[in-house]
Amino acid sequence: MKIRIRYFASIREITGLNEEILTVHEGATVADVRTLLMKRFPGIKPAMERSVCAVNRGYVATEMTLHEDDELVFIPPMGGGCIQES
Amino acid sequence: MESIIQLTRETLDRNALVEAVTHASAGGIVIFEGVVRDNARGKQVRYLEYDAYIEMAEEQIRVILAEAKQRWDIERVAVAHRFGRLEIGEASVIIVVATPHRAEAFEACRYIIDTLKTTVPIWKKEVATNGEEWVEG
Repeated sequence: MKIRIRYFASIREITGLNEEILTVHEGATVADVRTLLMKRFPGIKPAMERSVCAVNRGYVATEMTLHEDDELVFIPPMGGGCIQES
Repeated sequence: MESIIQLTRETLDRNALVEAVTHASAGGIVIFEGVVRDNARGKQVRYLEYDAYIEMAEEQIRVILAEAKQRWDIERVAVAHRFGRLEIGEASVIIVVATPHRAEAFEACRYIIDTLKTTVPIWKKEVATNGEEWVEG
């Protein structure tokens, strides 16, 4: 099945991609895709390990099973997260 | 009235946002404005670059505002966030909250900005005199 992946921030810069369509096996989980992407782009590993995941614009756990046409995004920590800042 | 949510590359217009939330029954209006600083962790910042997952950011801001409206008596509220390149002194985020009385306007505004920074997928890259990096918490 096909899923859409979009890349942001440091992950976008390292992969050099804004988005892509990826073919994955039926029943693939978010964690499966994460492993696959870290093999393809070793440079994103540190950011990926600190990322949370979103499917179809909502936060999900990595055990989540993906479906055809899902939009998957790995979300590195948001910088402004430091409340004392700005 | 619908909350105002703006994600834009354009300069944020504070006055227009304040005007939009001003209401006869709202006795208190609190504005939070986040502005690009010229320094961070000992570095001399030249400018910031914001990246946003716009569709999800909008949805997450909606979730935050729904929660804030449950907790406080909010008449009107506006949240505007910029992305792209921002120069020193420019506003990256403006939140305007109008409530009947001042205490809840302060509390709601504080809640909205603090939660926004942890759940809304918008990232910033600091471009400093000695290099650049995505700030990751």
